[in-house]
Amino acid sequence: MKFLKYIIILLFVFKFNVSMASDNDLQLKITKNLRCLICQGQSVYDSDSEFANSLKLLIEMKLNEGLTEKQIYEFLKNKYGEWILYDPEFNKNTYFLWLLPILMFLIGGAIMFKIFIIKKN
Amino acid sequence: MKTKIFYSSLIAFFCILFFIFYKGLQNTNIYTPNLETHDKDIPNFNAKIFSQKDKVVSSNEIFNNDKFYLLNIWASWCMPCRDEHPFLINLSNQNNLEIVGLNYKDNNKNAKFFLEKLTNPYKTIISDKEGLIAIEWGAYGVPESFLINKKKIIKRFIGPLNKDSLFEIKSIIK
Repeated sequence: MKFLKYIIILLFVFKFNVSMASDNDLQLKITKNLRCLICQGQSVYDSDSEFANSLKLLIEMKLNEGLTEKQIYEFLKNKYGEWILYDPEFNKNTYFLWLLPILMFLIGGAIMFKIFIIKKN
Repeated sequence: MKTKIFYSSLIAFFCILFFIFYKGLQNTNIYTPNLETHDKDIPNFNAKIFSQKDKVVSSNEIFNNDKFYLLNIWASWCMPCRDEHPFLINLSNQNNLEIVGLNYKDNNKNAKFFLEKLTNPYKTIISDKEGLIAIEWGAYGVPESFLINKKKIIKRFIGPLNKDSLFEIKSIIK
């Protein structure tokens, strides 16, 4: 019986730790994907500026309020513009950025196909 | 003939690509805040009144009239705030403008001393110990000021107010 009690306690502790860890991981992930606007080339995660510290606190609060990662990005994008996000969204301004690697891959593939396959035949 | 077309279009493609990247290199990589407010609504928030324990006000209570408000983000540790202070004192004499101070990440004692020494231009002062209200306004430093009318931000001033911004504010509110 005592053994069962210990197992139940351990299970609770373990479960709690896992949920805490996942919240913390998400918070770190979000702060790593945000640009510190007053620092040169640093993410909010890396920076220790007043602005970055306030943002870290805000993200923690928003996560506790139950907001999702996307909702937090949307909130900050609304306040500071898309510049705050390291990962640019797929929209008319970034079509070229996102599609260029695929285009280059296709052109490169076509050249290789032309040189190696067609010439061989 | 086909090969010629293929290679010339390839060269043209890379030339266009080079041109786009070359133009892109000239863009600044430093954050430049958008000064165009497009009459954005003021954010909703609750804040503690400065130097009054536990008295909380909402943004609707502060900006409840149709007159002009100037929200000024300041701190006693911010040197440019001292430079803009005479302009705020000047603006505090305007009848149709109410200046609201947002005391940013400051020590109460130092902030009180700052106002005693330089005189207080603010009608209301709210406290933002953690910098969260400043984020609601989309601000990222001190000093920063927002001109508000009918619960909409009509003009944003980044950095200390100066002669030009003073003239601009006066011409908007008259």
